[in-house]
Amino acid sequence: MKRVSADATESGQTAERRRAAERRARAIDVRARRAGMQMASEEPAPLPVVVPRNFRPDLDEGETVDPRPGDVDGWGRSEHMRSIVRRAYDPIYKHWFRVEWEGMEKIPTVGGALLIGNHAGAIPSDAPAIMHGIEKDLHRPVYGLADYFFRTVPVVGTMWSRTGGVPGHPDNAYRLLHDQGQLALVFPEGTKGPSKTYTDRYRLRRFGRGGFVEIAMRAGVPVIPIAVVGAEESMPILFRLPSVAKALRLPYFPVTANHLVFGPVLGTVAYFPSKIKIRVLDPITFDAEPDQPRYSKSTVMDEAERIRSLLQDTLYDMLRARRSVWFG
Amino acid sequence: MAQTLEADPEVEMILGMGTNEPRVPLDRTEYVRSDQAYTILHRIVQATQVDTVVHTFLETNSVGTSGRSLHEINVIGTLNLLAAAGAPGTPVRHVVVKSSSLVYGASEKDPAWFREDTPRQAPVRTRVERSLLEVEAMVRDFAADNPQLIVSVLRFAHVLGTDITTPISFNLRKRILPAILGFDPLIQFVEEDDVVRSLEHVTRNRIRGVFNVAGAGKLPWSEVATIGGAHLLPFPPVSARSFSAPLRRLGLVQFPTEMEAVIRFGRGVDTSRLIETGFRYRYTSAGAVESFARANNLRRTVGSSGNEYRYERDVEQFFRHSPAVIRGSDG
Repeated sequence: MKRVSADATESGQTAERRRAAERRARAIDVRARRAGMQMASEEPAPLPVVVPRNFRPDLDEGETVDPRPGDVDGWGRSEHMRSIVRRAYDPIYKHWFRVEWEGMEKIPTVGGALLIGNHAGAIPSDAPAIMHGIEKDLHRPVYGLADYFFRTVPVVGTMWSRTGGVPGHPDNAYRLLHDQGQLALVFPEGTKGPSKTYTDRYRLRRFGRGGFVEIAMRAGVPVIPIAVVGAEESMPILFRLPSVAKALRLPYFPVTANHLVFGPVLGTVAYFPSKIKIRVLDPITFDAEPDQPRYSKSTVMDEAERIRSLLQDTLYDMLRARRSVWFG
Repeated sequence: MAQTLEADPEVEMILGMGTNEPRVPLDRTEYVRSDQAYTILHRIVQATQVDTVVHTFLETNSVGTSGRSLHEINVIGTLNLLAAAGAPGTPVRHVVVKSSSLVYGASEKDPAWFREDTPRQAPVRTRVERSLLEVEAMVRDFAADNPQLIVSVLRFAHVLGTDITTPISFNLRKRILPAILGFDPLIQFVEEDDVVRSLEHVTRNRIRGVFNVAGAGKLPWSEVATIGGAHLLPFPPVSARSFSAPLRRLGLVQFPTEMEAVIRFGRGVDTSRLIETGFRYRYTSAGAVESFARANNLRRTVGSSGNEYRYERDVEQFFRHSPAVIRGSDG
């Protein structure tokens, strides 16, 4: 990428005007390319030329230099990578899981909101489905907050991060929701959700310590519960091998029905074509003052439990209406 | 740093101290050679009645420095410095300490951005980190014990520049960046120029507190290689450092222990606090890497540029103090 600085002594008026137009076009181009990226140096003005410091005429105060070839944001998400993944995943979304949404209009198109869902399947199929659906229809990024564990896995951790995964640290959630007004998706059950066996399907686990409620209160954003039916059957766990999990330092090591049907290798990645139905519930707002250092633990736990039972009831409701695992 | 301060006519006197002689021409700065632990600082402070001490000598590069001398330089040096600055009847009003974002460590449990008060997550395993944490604890106690003094601590992200050698800048010069297979973490850089300017900023404006200093934006490690014109050399995720041992021995790469966690998990610091005080960066992280790469290209072609200056003690003494030399009124 080569930039040329305007030479003031030689430029006639027309040349000056032409250059200004070019600069504007370039600035727009750069902005379009970096859409969705958060950067402190976002100046629409053209970037100055950088030459080695010993030979450089001093830059004006306040000017910064930023030559970036990629579009990875501060969270590690890359819209470019995300669009590749979206293209690859779209047929699976449409034809394999035949994902059906109900109430997506309840998800705001601007501003922060904390999306929470039930989590299921040995390797959960609900998270990519929710993220894909929202990004496709609402055209805004979704950041998936998940366990730190992902970060320690080579390749997977990097891919996870590039496609919108963020370690579930409270500071990260607050920054996403409050400072940046983004959508963040969390599964309050944590690993207890996907690690449950098929016999426990659609029974929500404990919602952690209610941390998600506290974050939403602090950030002053609504919580939007999302009920997913079908992910449980896409990769049901028959039993777990805790000793293997311990040896491999994994949170859990499942043996799934997919392993039996597709074999040990393909069965780890191939899902059954269960019909996935997603229902978005009404946003829940808390009447608590944002930005407090602490919130009453009892209020937090009560709210968390209330949301949990609401989601549980919705799941039972959807299951009552479901006629077939495969056709919905 | 001294060069920048010299340009300010309000600064009456500048006194440099170090174990080596200065490598840049200085017009007004008096220079005292000291041992690495600053044992004579107390006498100098008393004798010259300086009101500001800028402590930039903390060693953050563990390559080529033994654990013992790290301790000597960082911990004992700071101890002496703080003792001198905090002595009864001290003329010192302001102490500035140049620290490093190494104090935050790097682990999978880290938040994406560390604020100045976010607690560290990673266990302290390396000597350089341990000594820096010890230094910061001392400085914190010192600030609490001497509330009348202004104490500023600046924690710098990875510094890049022609005048400073860090493991990363060494590797960029050699055009080989060690990486860990399957990891592409986000890293921040700060340009040398911005380092000096930020030190000057807090010194001149007498700004109290702890501040992170890093260029805007974070760079994936692979992008650092692209912009810096280097090749990534991936090591296996398990015991990456031991695989690099032969190359380290040959002097082709530098890969200290504290770098392993960083190129696995990355590290981000929140710089909004310093920006709120009115400081403006000239370089983003990517800008720092690019500027370094360009300086590097030049160096490769024309040899080491600049810094041809050699400190000649007698000559300097002559120019500063001989009555035969005609000096400006501010002398």
